[in-house]
Amino acid sequence: MTDANHTLDHNQLPDAEALLLVLADKLKPLLKANTALVGIHSGGVWLMQRLLVLLADQIKLHQIEHGTLDVSFYRDDYAQRGLKAENRPSQIAFDVENKHIILIDDVFYTGRTTRAAMNELFDYGRPASITLIALVNRGGRELPIAPQMVAADLSLAASQHLQLTKLADGSLALELTPQHNSARP
Amino acid sequence: MNNPQLDTDGQLRHLLSIEGLPKKILNQILDTAESFVGVAEREVKKVPLLRGKTVCNLFFENSTRTRTTFEIAAKRLSADVISLNVSTSSQSKGETILDTVDNLIAMHADMFVVRHAQSGAAHLIAKHVPPHIHVINAGDGRHSHPTQGLLDVFTIRKYKPELHNLRVAIVGDVLHSRVARSEIHALTTLGVPEVRVIAPKTLLPAQVEKLGVHVYHDMDEGLKDVDVIMMLRLQNERMNGAMLPSSEEYFKTYGLTPERLALAKPDAIVMHPGPMNRGVEIDSTVADGKQSVILPQVTYGIAIRMAVMAILGGGTGAAL
Repeated sequence: MTDANHTLDHNQLPDAEALLLVLADKLKPLLKANTALVGIHSGGVWLMQRLLVLLADQIKLHQIEHGTLDVSFYRDDYAQRGLKAENRPSQIAFDVENKHIILIDDVFYTGRTTRAAMNELFDYGRPASITLIALVNRGGRELPIAPQMVAADLSLAASQHLQLTKLADGSLALELTPQHNSARP
Repeated sequence: MNNPQLDTDGQLRHLLSIEGLPKKILNQILDTAESFVGVAEREVKKVPLLRGKTVCNLFFENSTRTRTTFEIAAKRLSADVISLNVSTSSQSKGETILDTVDNLIAMHADMFVVRHAQSGAAHLIAKHVPPHIHVINAGDGRHSHPTQGLLDVFTIRKYKPELHNLRVAIVGDVLHSRVARSEIHALTTLGVPEVRVIAPKTLLPAQVEKLGVHVYHDMDEGLKDVDVIMMLRLQNERMNGAMLPSSEEYFKTYGLTPERLALAKPDAIVMHPGPMNRGVEIDSTVADGKQSVILPQVTYGIAIRMAVMAILGGGTGAAL
């Protein structure tokens, strides 16, 4: 990964479906007893749902539980941007206490979403550990937080916003959109 | 028409009444409340949204339940909360409402939750405060009680998600009830096709049909095949002059008994905004029965109030 601000165009983006298989392979050895998966809305939850299928044998073998987080209530830009019009309930139906949590996000960028997610997780209990995995690290982090595992490293200009989308047929794709400004539509 | 509740971008700035709020805003509040329901079930029942903000409960009229739920809601959002029972403080020494408000603004209050016996009190304060301060109406006179209306539709949505398919009956003292008014506006805005009011003529406001409701004076007829029964409290303390023969007589004609409940759909839910007068508008067997959702209403009231405060309290940086 470099610090240069590359501007990628859409054809240069990797195929999300291929990256998903890479991520599944990397995740496999981490799945053991007392582990739980937590997807961050929305992209992280889509990824988790796919991973649950791809790794169904290991998940069943180790009785791995899973949940979802919507970090809207923990974001640090609430004072500037307010609440997003759409937010979903976080659903952590298992006991977080002493669990090894694998946090799943689609695109790792500034690290602020991860910080918010960690703060929220700790309101459910004290996990034994938290591991962050992401489909893509796009570069540009602003906090001392980084994913332990990604399927691809990119280096994007700050003017570009990379996000995961779910296509009509259920498959996943990466897409570039103009500068992100989702809160306060 | 200039709606003081919305800012120039159409976002919620104050919550004063449900009347005049678009469906989109009502749904935003209800959906956000959905996310807050789960917060109460966590080890730490708090989120950090209003950390460092001060919410001021200004109650010019007593209401233990509403004040308590607003207080809990603000605290679960990590706000600092001051609850002033103004009827026993400066007002009794002659201070005006707006002077009281200005003093609290000088103490850096960020949000006011206002309850007042006079209709329009919250509007008055909302018009007076600077742009970064938000006002929530917690009940003004006979006019409006928007968070109660919202928590009622939220409760209905929880048990009967298909709002566009429902028949809802509101029973009792509609005339004196700000709750009924807020409920009617919320239900009609959200597309509930049939809202009935059931009451004696003396407890209905003139031209109530103009609110889009069907009027029944006979309770047995009005309850037939409804999905939701919303009872209202018989507001004895608001009643000037003799509008009813006696509370026993009222119970006979408009009290919700198990026999009357049986006229509604078998899976109908029973609601009441509290405080209940058992044996006056509702029979204890019904209030405590399995179709009653009166206590869930209280629980959901906290989530609704959290949602309203969270929507109001954010985004000031962008707005200014």
